[in-house]
Amino acid sequence: MACRQLWASRAASYLRISLFHRSFSNVLKDLKYADSHEWVKIDGNSATVGITDHAQDHLGDVVYVELPEVGAAVTQGGGFGAVESVKATSDINSPVSGTVVEVNEELNSSPALVNSSPYENGWIIKVKLSDSGELNKLMDSEQYTKFCEEEDASH
Amino acid sequence: MRGGLWQLGQSITRRLANGDKKAVARRCFATEADLKKTVLYDFHVANGGKMVPFAGWSMPIQYKDSIMDSTLNCRQNGSLFDVSHMCGLSLKGKDAVTFLEKLVIADVAALAPGTGTLTVFTNEKGGAIDDSVITKVTDDHIYLVVNAGCRDKDLAHIEEHMKAFKAKGGDVSWHIHDERSLIALQGPLAAPVLQHLTKDDLSKLYFGEFRVLDINGSQCFLTRTGYTGEDGFEISVPSENGVDLAKALLEKSEGKIRLTGLGARDSLRLEAGLCLYGNDLEQHITPIEAGLTWAIGKRRRAEGGFLGADVILKQLGDGPLIRRVGFISSGPPPRSHSEIQDEGGNNIGEVTSGGFSPCLKKNIAMGYVKSGLHKAGTKVKIIIRGKPNEGVVTKMPFVPTKYYKPS
Repeated sequence: MACRQLWASRAASYLRISLFHRSFSNVLKDLKYADSHEWVKIDGNSATVGITDHAQDHLGDVVYVELPEVGAAVTQGGGFGAVESVKATSDINSPVSGTVVEVNEELNSSPALVNSSPYENGWIIKVKLSDSGELNKLMDSEQYTKFCEEEDASH
Repeated sequence: MRGGLWQLGQSITRRLANGDKKAVARRCFATEADLKKTVLYDFHVANGGKMVPFAGWSMPIQYKDSIMDSTLNCRQNGSLFDVSHMCGLSLKGKDAVTFLEKLVIADVAALAPGTGTLTVFTNEKGGAIDDSVITKVTDDHIYLVVNAGCRDKDLAHIEEHMKAFKAKGGDVSWHIHDERSLIALQGPLAAPVLQHLTKDDLSKLYFGEFRVLDINGSQCFLTRTGYTGEDGFEISVPSENGVDLAKALLEKSEGKIRLTGLGARDSLRLEAGLCLYGNDLEQHITPIEAGLTWAIGKRRRAEGGFLGADVILKQLGDGPLIRRVGFISSGPPPRSHSEIQDEGGNNIGEVTSGGFSPCLKKNIAMGYVKSGLHKAGTKVKIIIRGKPNEGVVTKMPFVPTKYYKPS
């Protein structure tokens, strides 16, 4: 048992190194994805939004997240904030339209949560959906994985 | 200057590389295949280097370590940078010193053989064509390194003046060291590690000094200088020995000196308060405005005799209208072109470089403000995405420099 675990962890670390360039990042099955690398998790009428593992990996150490105000209106594809890493500034676009009902205040003191936990503790805003039909325009996990591979290959 | 997440990693390339506008335009259309490769290219890729276009070269922006970790490790242990894209140049001839003094602000004649300094190539208006570390090897041999992004422009400028100088009987010629590669070794372990590979006593080689010596079996030009604020060296090595030297240095450090890319190099030089040509220093900025007055030799202040001397010496007397200063700020990190306002909301200048300091864990920046508002402690507002953020003028370097000087 111990042996197998040792092998597994070695293999994992080997794979991580050898696949560094291809950015085989973690993609979660039950989320929807925008081509600007944000994810959205739908729970009834509420949508939680963050940036993907692929995005945080490319950005590097996140040092600041600019959050919108609660009550702000967001539109699908429109910018609502920014994420700053040591190397670059990037806009964050909303994958859905609606009203911001909550922002992740934790990110003010711990912006690096976006790196360490992009799909959980590093969520950015929660939105009350105004048009759930828009979700059809987003990618599922399989499409998004393929999208990332193609994008990396073209760079 | 800012892009969406899909432009990841591209913006820094632009930020780092806008040395000369023509080069930028060319680079936008350059395909991977057009990019020049240093002899270390395969070595970078094999070590996980993320290669990006930079001043016409394919260079590593980072390796497996994050920019944050790389920056910290340089100051704690050490960094190895491939800076072979930079252009090494020798000026030779009995009039080489006289010739160079027409183009730069340094008192080259006063340099002792085997010593060097940072200097600025100026234009007729006193603006900076480039900054460069120059070394007097002997009285008739000057070795200098110019920025990759300025190479074409600098060489054309030097060549034009050299023709005129030679036509009047001056004895000077140049050699461009394209047969050599340049490796920067920086950080507290740089000297002890390099000492393993040479018989020369490095404890006798101080900051700014130069020596031709055998390192790892090949003849190298060694300058105790760098772009991080740390003690360290730039090693000009015959290109065929470049990879072996890089491997030997990393090996002798037992993994503590890490390959480090352009991303961390930018953080390090910003923490050290050093200018990046194209951002903090440009054609229209004089050395006085840039805070490089110290680099104008005493004799040069009295005699002039370099391009734009009239403008520069007048500024020296009257004081410049704008000055380069450092800032520490709250909120998002300032980036180049962020507006600077006084407390009353009036525009007083612009940020030229900025970011999050991995070592200080806060935002640092440099930029130009109106004279009078340049004193340390002056409160300013830095405008980012339309919102003002608190900033304060701060003395540079932000992180104390550790140059190896005689005690």
